[in-house]
Amino acid sequence: LGYTSGSKSDKKKVTIIPGDGIGPEITSSVMGVFQAAKVPIEWELFDGKTISQDLIASISRNKVALKGPLYTELLTGAQSRNMEIRKALDLYAHVIPCKQMPGIQTRHSNTTVDFVVIRENTQGEYSGLEQTLVPGVVQSLKIVTKEASARIARYAFEYAKAHGRKKVTAIHKANIQKQTDGLFLETCKQVAKEYPEIAFDSMIIDNCCMQLVMNPQQFDVMVTPNLYGNLVTNVGAALIGGPGLAPGANVGERAAIFEMGAHHVAADIAGMDKANPTGLLLASSMMLRHLNLDAFADKVENAVKKTIDSGKFKTQDLGGTTSTKEFTRAIISEIESQQ
Amino acid sequence: MFSRVSLKNIGSLLHRQYSSTTRVTLIPGDGIGPEIADSVKKIFSAAKVPIEWDTVNVNAQTGVSDEIIDSIRKNKVGLKGPLATPIGTGHQSLNLALRKTFNLYANVRPCVSIPGFKTRYDDVNTVVIRENTEGEYSGIENQPVKGVAQSIKIITKEASARVANYAFQYALANGRKKVTCVHKANIMKQSDGMFVKTCREVSTRYPSIQYEEMIVDNNCMQLVMSPSKLDVMVLPNLYGDIVSDLCAGLIGGLGLTPSGNIGENGTAIFEAVHGTAPDIAGKGLANPSALLLSGIMMLRHMGLTTHADNIEKAVLTTIAEGKATTKDLGGNAGTQAYTDAVCAKLLNQ
Ligand SMILES: Nc1ncnc2c1ncn2[C@@H]1O[C@H](COP(=O)(O)OP(=O)(O)OP(=O)(O)O)[C@@H](O)[C@H]1O
Ligand SMILES: Nc1ncnc2c1ncn2[C@@H]1O[C@H](COP(=O)(O)OP(=O)(O)OP(=O)(O)O)[C@@H](O)[C@H]1O
Ligand SMILES: [Mg+2]
Ligand SMILES: [Mg+2]
Repeated sequence: LGYTSGSKSDKKKVTIIPGDGIGPEITSSVMGVFQAAKVPIEWELFDGKTISQDLIASISRNKVALKGPLYTELLTGAQSRNMEIRKALDLYAHVIPCKQMPGIQTRHSNTTVDFVVIRENTQGEYSGLEQTLVPGVVQSLKIVTKEASARIARYAFEYAKAHGRKKVTAIHKANIQKQTDGLFLETCKQVAKEYPEIAFDSMIIDNCCMQLVMNPQQFDVMVTPNLYGNLVTNVGAALIGGPGLAPGANVGERAAIFEMGAHHVAADIAGMDKANPTGLLLASSMMLRHLNLDAFADKVENAVKKTIDSGKFKTQDLGGTTSTKEFTRAIISEIESQQ
Repeated sequence: MFSRVSLKNIGSLLHRQYSSTTRVTLIPGDGIGPEIADSVKKIFSAAKVPIEWDTVNVNAQTGVSDEIIDSIRKNKVGLKGPLATPIGTGHQSLNLALRKTFNLYANVRPCVSIPGFKTRYDDVNTVVIRENTEGEYSGIENQPVKGVAQSIKIITKEASARVANYAFQYALANGRKKVTCVHKANIMKQSDGMFVKTCREVSTRYPSIQYEEMIVDNNCMQLVMSPSKLDVMVLPNLYGDIVSDLCAGLIGGLGLTPSGNIGENGTAIFEAVHGTAPDIAGKGLANPSALLLSGIMMLRHMGLTTHADNIEKAVLTTIAEGKATTKDLGGNAGTQAYTDAVCAKLLNQ
């Protein structure tokens, strides 16, 4: 994902934040699977209720964390804790692979869905700069810098190179937001010149969403400002079968945090043993690769895929009745049968 | 077979009742505009629709001329083809200029699966109602220092209330059950917060319509997974733009999605949402369905329901039969052959 972590001791320490909603259930699924697979890591647990100095210090030290979703109140209350962590550690790139799984039938099974969204994670519409000008009139600032745009664009091209991808598409609304999205698009164009071996094109966000549901096979790597990335990712998760399936990583120079690609607390099913932990399990496998524990990454990923392919274990989001715990146990037996 | 899809769903936009013959402004537009406008005129006359067209050309040269302003002020209803946006900075799109001139505050885009036209989705029946005047389209932007750009999104209580009210009125008038307010008020707590709070307030005045709220990312996901969960949606400008295109994608693209722009005092301009299609302009290949469906919305808006129903039936049957559909729908008919097929159905009715 861009850098290797330094530690050479036998057991790597990894920060874990179960989070809110279904977070505790899906993180405990990962912990159970890791235990069965004898993954040589040690967890440092934080509840994430507040983003304490200790929590940030732990992630900075370990350089790697696994995290469930943190709920953000509507209308009032504190800013998003998810954003707070990203900002504190300057995790500027959100990487969300959206890849179909053969064992999961969707409306889009007859085409290829295999793209990666690289979302700018620190600015744009998430600046948090808002004010009431006069009663009844509110303004909200969207900030785009050349520096952050160049950094995310470069990350997208480097990612494409490292993963044998052929094309990067910049997503924007520069016809309307000529300055902010215009700056993003121009910067992507400039960076693209440094990578002649990777094709580059661009697409307006509304057309992009239409194209995604009609011809998703055309997309390879997408690079997006913050909000559009959030939307595209959720469309991507839906295309492959649901919010429980896509993995994601928040990456910066100093650390990487792995979490679900479509990041929802799912309050409607929280605590009911119904959540699909697949996305977080795949994210944990990305994490193991990032830690150079490839054999373990393969073990986890293969067990997840075998379990899904068997067609016998479907959580309710996929139209089945398998509980989170049953699904996790099936993966664990798969791992144990291979050891 | 068609009972579910009578595009009655492509609903009435309320307001005026018209008697006898009425004049309607027609802006043929650029690119394929004249061809599809011509098709609509032929079909309307085959259906004996009691309106007279007041044709006004609008393009990059004319801009929003006095002629178009007078015509729309007088007629209050217009049907519009696509307009090319002049390339280069500093030029506002003509579509935007028209919306501003007539204060068209609500953009209404029904998306209904068309029977007989196969897509991955046959269960789409939603209406996007998009706030059309402010939000991310304020046009207030600058670069305070080099390399740092800002754009300002403005949300007002007044505009939010106006579009929310319209959404509920529309739901009532078209027998719709639910209005979903789509937002991102977990992140933009004040601006989207204002939109949500206002929708909530307005919703209490319409107890017979169910009301719910949904974060925009979740909304995109739900639409792709189970679109039948959504009915009428009301959204700030940018989300409305994005979500309506996504919905159009579900039913097969822009070739089949109509829209209407609603202003104060009952002014309304109906338009196809697709562009000028320069690649096929002048070749007789364009699909006029989107403009035609917009025309049907317009007739319902004018109270010409029977004519709207007749044309709709003819259009849907022609598409479902698949014998005279245009290339974009997988057929091999030209604009003319398709138009003739629809007219023939109307004469047989
Ligand atoms: N891992 C998962 N397994 C099963 N269903 C899920 C999962 N994640 C999300 N969902 C479902 O996706 C839908 C959207 O989630 P949710 O309601 O949390 O989204 P939201 O409106 O964005 O709110 P927030 O993200 O702030 O919680 C819910 O119906 C939820 O149950
Ligand atoms: N009514 C139509 N019938 C057939 N094909 C159409 C129609 N409208 C658009 N298309 C096709 O869809 C594609 C996109 O064209 P469209 O003009 O909508 O977008 P655009 O290129 O962005 O134009 P504009 O700048 O005018 O918005 C083109 O290939 C065009 O031929
Ligand atoms: Mg969410
Ligand atoms: Mg659009």
